[in-house]
Amino acid sequence: MSRKNKKLVILLLLIVAVIVVVPVVALPGAEFGGSDDAGSEMVTEVTGQEYEPWYTPVLEQALGGELPGELESLLFCLQTGIGVGVIAFFMGRMVERKKQEAKKAE
Amino acid sequence: MTRKKIVGLSVAFALLFGTVPAAGAMHIMEGYLPGGMCLLWGAVCLPFLIYGLFVLKKTLAHDRRSITLIAMAGAFIFVISSLKIPSVTASCSHMTGTGLGAILFGPSAVSVLGIIVLIFQAILLAHGGLTSLGANTFSMAIAGPFVSFAIFKACQKLKINKMVAVFLAASLGDLFTYCVTAVQLAVAHPSPDGGIGLAAAKFLGVFAPTQVPLAVVEGILTVVIMIALESYARPELKAIGFEREAA
Repeated sequence: MSRKNKKLVILLLLIVAVIVVVPVVALPGAEFGGSDDAGSEMVTEVTGQEYEPWYTPVLEQALGGELPGELESLLFCLQTGIGVGVIAFFMGRMVERKKQEAKKAE
Repeated sequence: MTRKKIVGLSVAFALLFGTVPAAGAMHIMEGYLPGGMCLLWGAVCLPFLIYGLFVLKKTLAHDRRSITLIAMAGAFIFVISSLKIPSVTASCSHMTGTGLGAILFGPSAVSVLGIIVLIFQAILLAHGGLTSLGANTFSMAIAGPFVSFAIFKACQKLKINKMVAVFLAASLGDLFTYCVTAVQLAVAHPSPDGGIGLAAAKFLGVFAPTQVPLAVVEGILTVVIMIALESYARPELKAIGFEREAA
């Protein structure tokens, strides 16, 4: 990776960090609930009546209730982990391959 | 049956059901769409999914090595759509991550990758839902990626810097996904006094301010991974025809 690109990547990641952190700092005490939930409240508000979902998620049926928060974050982590694992594995191989090629070319 | 026939049949099937205007939005909660609409969105998605499978198969047949990029594009969606990010409206939302795949493989192929993630979330996380799978697939894995793809192509025609093009494609595709969701919800839950239009405006009012900063983040992250791929994965990018000029 060229030096220019390296700087650009670092700068971009810093911008991301700022965008993510600013709301948390700027809005102390805010709930940060999911916007999916905001959506369901909106359904009630727009139509003027409570909407009863006609189907509950299969997992909630099996558990007889909502998935505990900790377990939900576990599963979200699992999802992230699978993704990061795949990307990191291939990225690692590619970076190494480029090094080998550069060595051979010498 | 030949490929063409299968795709043609599924298009006919979609047209049969899909006479309703195209629309989209964010993950719709389980059980929040009437049954007919669940079927309708599912039917609309079908031709895209089937065509996408063919595209993936062809890409793989053309060059076996492209499996790495397909896996990475899918994994990128996994990572990005699992990250719930706080936004200025004091609520959290997450991104779609579908822009990268759309730019690399075209929008149809992404529909296949996207539905895998959506099924994972619907079953294990009670996020989105099986009944709303069709609608969510349409917004996140079809409508958004198509916009991303179109913007990227347009930018290339206009000779706009490639990374700027990637940024615009990924972030606007993300925003469009949420617009589609808002309209989908509005069609299912019109406002008693303002009808579908007012309802759509209200739903957009919930999603849009939350999503704008996240769309920017998604655009930036997609640029970062593109820089990484261009630096280290040139052979693969050439194999899928993304990078034609010699490295």
